Amino acid sequence: MSAVAGAPGVPAGADDLSAFVERDGDGTASLNLLVNDVHCAQCIATIERTMRAEPGVLDARVNLTTRRVRLRWRDGAADAGSLVGRLDRLGYPAVPYRPAALPGASRQDAGTLLRALAVAGFAAGNVMLLSVAVWAGNSSGMADSTRALMHWLSALIALPAIAYAGLPFFRSAARALAARRINMDLPISVAVCVTAAISLAELIAERPDVYFDAALMLLFFLLIGRYLDQRTRGAMLSTAENLAALAAQPATVLRPDGVREMVPAHAVRLGSRILVAAGERIPVDGDILSGRTTIDRSLLTGEAALEPAMPGDRVYAGTVNTGDPVTLTATAAGDGTVLTEIVRLVEAAEQGRSAYVRLADRAAQLYAPVVHGLALLAFAGWWGFGGLPPREALLIGVAVLIITCPCALGLAVPAVQVVACSRLLKHGVLVKVGDALERLAAIDSVLLDKTGTLTFGRPDIVGRDTPADEDLRVAASLAGASRHPLCRAVLRAAAPVPVHDGVREEPAMGLSAGSPEGEIRLGNRDWCAVSGDGAATPGGPELWLRRPGRDPVQFRFADRLRPDAPAFAAWLKKQGFGVELLSGDRAPAVRSAAEELGIETWHAAARPADKLARLGRLRQAGRRTLMIGDGLNDAPSLAGAEASISPAQGADLAQTAADVVFQGDRLESIAVAIQTARRAKRLVLQNFGLAAAYNAIAVPLAVAGQVTPLIAAVAMSASSIAVTVNALRLGRAAGNPFA
Amino acid sequence: MNMLVILISAALLLGLAGLAAFLWALRSGQFDDLDGAAERILIDEEERNRDD
Repeated sequence: MSAVAGAPGVPAGADDLSAFVERDGDGTASLNLLVNDVHCAQCIATIERTMRAEPGVLDARVNLTTRRVRLRWRDGAADAGSLVGRLDRLGYPAVPYRPAALPGASRQDAGTLLRALAVAGFAAGNVMLLSVAVWAGNSSGMADSTRALMHWLSALIALPAIAYAGLPFFRSAARALAARRINMDLPISVAVCVTAAISLAELIAERPDVYFDAALMLLFFLLIGRYLDQRTRGAMLSTAENLAALAAQPATVLRPDGVREMVPAHAVRLGSRILVAAGERIPVDGDILSGRTTIDRSLLTGEAALEPAMPGDRVYAGTVNTGDPVTLTATAAGDGTVLTEIVRLVEAAEQGRSAYVRLADRAAQLYAPVVHGLALLAFAGWWGFGGLPPREALLIGVAVLIITCPCALGLAVPAVQVVACSRLLKHGVLVKVGDALERLAAIDSVLLDKTGTLTFGRPDIVGRDTPADEDLRVAASLAGASRHPLCRAVLRAAAPVPVHDGVREEPAMGLSAGSPEGEIRLGNRDWCAVSGDGAATPGGPELWLRRPGRDPVQFRFADRLRPDAPAFAAWLKKQGFGVELLSGDRAPAVRSAAEELGIETWHAAARPADKLARLGRLRQAGRRTLMIGDGLNDAPSLAGAEASISPAQGADLAQTAADVVFQGDRLESIAVAIQTARRAKRLVLQNFGLAAAYNAIAVPLAVAGQVTPLIAAVAMSASSIAVTVNALRLGRAAGNPFA
Repeated sequence: MNMLVILISAALLLGLAGLAAFLWALRSGQFDDLDGAAERILIDEEERNRDD
């Protein structure tokens, strides 16, 4: 919600956010906000203290995990619009959202898993306490009655605990069976249920082979894995939800009575007057009614140059208003816009992408039949050919089931994923989709967008390297008064200077300020009265500075490459990736960037469909392609590629379509993400190897009938600990990828 | 034997108390924002009281 004060002909007033406010019966109102810039304790303290000090506000609560803030106030005592404005002034721009519009099922799921985990942990601990007593008693001669007491107590604790803590697995196995599929939860459920049933039968028959502790530990370890997995996916989901909510940023409709109303972009009616503040995304296609400005089309087309726009000009949804506030008449909204066309391409591309089957699921397909076959074989073999009575043969079968149960497998993948995701988060890389890391590890070629991805996607001053430059200093003192992107670029390049007194802005022309010697002007050629055959030919954006009694001075701007772009391109090539530059910008700009980066293959003026087609050809050639892009024009290819990465400054739709989003200016983050994904895959495979090695030792023992409840318990914990420790190795910092 | 009954029930009760405490913490939303909880310990308690 940028402030829109100063728009031509618009009375100042608060935005109407009533569509987002929830009202309770007891006279309180509340509002949920997405605040992307909360990072630390200081942010939490600042937001909560300031907002609680506002009159009428009852509570302000920041959730750092999901980057959301909930405000509660006495209805009527405070106004939603001004509260959001207060947050904006604090430096935390906030976007309202309705929790009902987000899929909220995951949070409840996490609670269920945690409760199951707690119950399983409690029961496993106490049953183990009793089991240790029994094991000790086996060597010191415990009376049969005492042992029976211990076992009965174990059963009393274990059976209800298994029934409760096993529910997530039983449910999932039942769902899979109903859909005629096999998943990892099926062998788990069978093992736990059969073990509990056999143990109970043994107990009733007053015999000593009771496996309650093993069954519970199994559930406990598996629930830890499941909870870790759920937490990672919950974090990914909330990132994805936040992005989706940001993409649905409302339009500011100007009602005939002058009140500004926030309306979802798809609900804007044709012919409505829309207000677009400086720096805001244009929500609908429309004609400019009043105000002159410049439009940044880079997110829509990839073109770096800014385009001037006058009253009567058509502007398109998805472009950014970089100049002054303007009012539009909506000519198309929702389904009719260029943006919707792209959204349709994104959806089509997503459906076209072949479904990726996770490693763990592929393991499960193999695992369940093998395990059940082995157990059955052990039972039948001992009973039929080994000459054992059915009871003892059955016990051996159960031992095989317990030993082979995928404890280590269930932990192997989630443990690695949690460590990988948290390590990437420290580098500012957000992983949005569960299998993104696996897909990222498999890529062999990279498609790069130029504007906004390899470059900053904003104009920067070129040819002036000394911040203390006298011309630059004077220009900056004027530029400080404007929010125009070129003025901001001047400010970035110059040493800090105080803003000149009395700077006036002439829309679409420039700035002027009085000084003892006369008027100083900063703006376009006409504004500074530069003759047509001036010092330098125009090419790319420029600003002129005119000081009394001196020749006008030119500042030139260009969209600069990110500083580590050459190192990044070199790294990609060194790693053996096929690298291509695929941009919507004009050929000369793309060629010069490609030459500077040493990329041989480049395509210019590519439309979204062209990019998608290029991706399709690469796929047909058997390549697995990583798409890196930031614009709306990249969104379809981001959705269709094997894996995709988008910078956090990119278009919301691009971030929604991408698997991974990185923050900050450094492309190094992408290299770190690829490296981490590859190391994570290696560790997952190692963990599978560890689990297989454990099975290779333990299964023959079990089939041979040598596994007692004690051995089962020890072997299971040992393998689980081994894979977890192995996963933690990923947390060790790797060196600089470019070094 | 009597001793055993007392000890085992004491152990079970203590365990149950822990379980109940955890479930209560879960219900009261203390596990909703794990990252936030880790940061909040850095916020000065005195200042917060003064503000309230």
